[in-house]
Amino acid sequence: MNTNEVSYMLEIKDLKVNIEDKEILKGINLHVNAGEVHAIMGPNGSGKSTLASALAGRDYFDITHGKILYEGKDLTELAPEDRAREGIFLGFQYPVEIPGVSMVNFLRTAINSMRKYRNQEPLPAGEFLKLMREKKKIVEIDSDLTNRSVNEGFSGGEKKKNEIFQMALLDTRLAILDETDSGLDIDALRIVANGVNYLRSPENATIIITHYQRLLDYIVPDFVHVLYKGRIVKSGDKSLAKELEEHGYDWIKQEVDMDA
Amino acid sequence: MKDTLEALSTADKYIDLFRQNKKQISNGDPQFMKELREEAIHSFERTGFPLRKHELYKFTHLEPVFDGELSFQFTPRNIQFEDSDLFSCDVPMLDSNVLTVLNGFYYHPSGSLLNELDNGIIYGSLKEAIHRHPDLVARYLGKNASMQNETFVSLNTAFSQDGIFIYVPEGLQMEKPIQIIHLLLSDKNQMVHHRNLFVVEKNAKAEVIICDHTLSPQMFLTNSVTEAYTSENSDLDILRLQNEHNNSCQVTNTWISQDRASRCQHGTITLHGGMVRNNLHVRMDGEGASTSTLGLILTDKIQHVDSFTVIDHASPNCTSNQYYKGVLDDMSTGVFNGKIHVHPNAQKTEAFQTNNNILLSNTAKMHTKPQLEIYADDVKCSHGATIGQLDEDALFYLQSRGIPRDESRLMLMDAFANDVISRIRQPALQDRISELVGKRLRGELSRCNNCVMHCQD
Repeated sequence: MNTNEVSYMLEIKDLKVNIEDKEILKGINLHVNAGEVHAIMGPNGSGKSTLASALAGRDYFDITHGKILYEGKDLTELAPEDRAREGIFLGFQYPVEIPGVSMVNFLRTAINSMRKYRNQEPLPAGEFLKLMREKKKIVEIDSDLTNRSVNEGFSGGEKKKNEIFQMALLDTRLAILDETDSGLDIDALRIVANGVNYLRSPENATIIITHYQRLLDYIVPDFVHVLYKGRIVKSGDKSLAKELEEHGYDWIKQEVDMDA
Repeated sequence: MKDTLEALSTADKYIDLFRQNKKQISNGDPQFMKELREEAIHSFERTGFPLRKHELYKFTHLEPVFDGELSFQFTPRNIQFEDSDLFSCDVPMLDSNVLTVLNGFYYHPSGSLLNELDNGIIYGSLKEAIHRHPDLVARYLGKNASMQNETFVSLNTAFSQDGIFIYVPEGLQMEKPIQIIHLLLSDKNQMVHHRNLFVVEKNAKAEVIICDHTLSPQMFLTNSVTEAYTSENSDLDILRLQNEHNNSCQVTNTWISQDRASRCQHGTITLHGGMVRNNLHVRMDGEGASTSTLGLILTDKIQHVDSFTVIDHASPNCTSNQYYKGVLDDMSTGVFNGKIHVHPNAQKTEAFQTNNNILLSNTAKMHTKPQLEIYADDVKCSHGATIGQLDEDALFYLQSRGIPRDESRLMLMDAFANDVISRIRQPALQDRISELVGKRLRGELSRCNNCVMHCQD
C-alpha cells in the first residue's frame, strides 16, 4: 500500500471496542472523505452510539484493536478536547444540561480555547457577539436561549438546534451527529437538517447516525452503512436507506445471521 | 475521686487562667459586665469542653486544640503598622466603612474608638461602647447568645474584651456596608476571643461583612461570638468570609434574634482555614420574620470545616431558607448539621433546607445531617442533602467542545459555588465574592496574596 495515498479525512480500521469485557464493536472499517455525508443506520443496540463516542473520545470503554486515523493522525492518542480542537464535532443524542454555566460563557470559553490551540488571540467581545448573531440565524435559534444555562430547561427541539448552532460556531470539519433526529417534530427536524445542509462544503464531512430514514429525506447522504451486532454489514447509496424504511432491518438481520 | 496529682483538665486550666487574669480582663468593666463574666465562667465550669462522644461535636473534637501551646493577650498590643501596607482587602472595589480588629482588640491607629453619628448611628469598639453606653449595651449583650450548655459562648463571654458594636436607630439605614476585618498577627501561637454586637432597630437597615484573616504563620485559635438583634420590620445582612491559614482553628458562634417581619440574611463563605467550627443560631421570635442562611465551604489538604446550624421557628408565619454547599478535595472533611426547630405555636411556617456537596477526591469526606423537629401541624418544610462528584457527562460535554478537562472541572465547580453566591441579597457583593471563589478554586488565592510579608511563600 502506498502511504502517500492517505487522502481520507477519517479512516477507521478494524476497530474493536469493549465495554466492561463485552465486545460492542467487532471490527469496524469505514473511510470518509472531505465533502461526503455518510449515514450510519442500524437497529437499537447495534453499537451506533458507541462508535460516535469512540470517535469523540469518551473514555468509559476500551479500544482493544484497530485504529482511527483522522487526517492521518491517530485519534485515539488525543484527548476529547484536542479532537474538538482538530475540528471533530459530536452532536449529542442527549445534550447535557449544565446548570449554572451560562451559554455565553460556555461558548466564549469553547471558541477561545479553540483559538488558543491555533495560537490565535481570544476573540474580542464585539466580534464574538457578531459571530453569535450570525450563526444563530442558521438554526433559527431563539435569542433568549443564549442567556440561559447550557441546555437547562431547553425543549428537545431547542437542545438539538443548540447542537447545530455549536457545530456552526466551532469551525467543525468532521461532524458526527448522533441520533440528532430523535425527539424532533417535523419543523425542528427541517430546521436542523437545513443547518446541516448549510454547513455542507467540499472541505467538511458529516456522519449522521440514525435509526430512522426520516432525517435522510432532508439530508441526502452520499453513503449509507448498516451497523448490526458491532459490524458494518451493508453499505450502499441513499437507496439503501429507502429499502430499510420499506422493509425494516429484519432482512438484513436474517442475511447476517444466516452467514454466521 | 479526683487524684490531686492528676494534671489539670483543659477546662480547669481556662478557669484558672480567668481567675488569675480577671483583673486585667475586666479592667474598667461596669458592674453588669463583671456579673456577666462571673455567670459565664460558672456556666463554663458546669459544662466543660464537649467530650469526644458528644453528639453535637462528634466530628470536631476541639478540646485538644484548646489544650495546645497557646499564648494569651489581655491588653491590646501596640503593633505599629500601616494597615494598608500589611493588608489589602480581597473583596475588590468594595465601598465600605472598614473596622479593623487585631487579635481581638479594636485597632485604631488614628480616628476614634467609637463613631457616633448625629443621627444616632453608632459603630466601632464594643469595649468603648460598653463604657460610653452601658445601658444600651446591657440590654442586648449576652441576652441572645445562650450560655446554657454552650461552652464556647460561655468561654467567650468570660474572656472577650473587645470587638465591634453596631447600633442603627429606628428608621435609619447605614450609608455604606460595615466591613469588619479580624486580623491575627503574632510571633507566638495565640488564642483570641472577640465579640461583636449588632442592634438594628425598627424599620432600620444594616449590612455587615466580616472577614477573618491570619497575617502570620503562627497557630491561632479564635473563639468568637457575634450577637445580632433585628427589631420589627428591619433588615440585616451579615456575610462572613473566612480566609485563615491551614494551621489555624476557628470557632465562631453567631446568634441572631429576629423580631416581627424582620428580614435577615446570614452567609458564611469558608475559603480557607485549618479547623473551623461555625455555630449559627437564628431565632425568629416575631411573627412574619424571614431568614436566609447561606454557606459555602471550599476545602483541601487536611482542612476540616463543621457547619452547625439551628433555625428556630418560635413564631407563626415565618420563613427560612437554608442553602449550604461544599466542595471538598484531598483529605479534607466537612460536616453539616442543620436543625430546623418549629415550635408548637409556629403555624404557617415555611422552612427549607438544602445541603449539596461535591467530593473531588476519594479521600475527602463529608458528613451531613439534616434534622427537622416540627411541633406545629400546619407547616411547609423540606430538606435535602446530597454528596456526589462532578458530573462526568457534563465534563465530557464541555471537553467535546474543545475546553480542556481542568478548565471544564473549574467551570462546573464555579457553577456549583455560584448557586450559593447568586442568593446573596446585595448584587454588588455577588460579583466580588464570585471572583474570590473563582480564584480560590483555581488555587490563586492564598492568605499570603494580600500580605506583603510573604512569611511562608
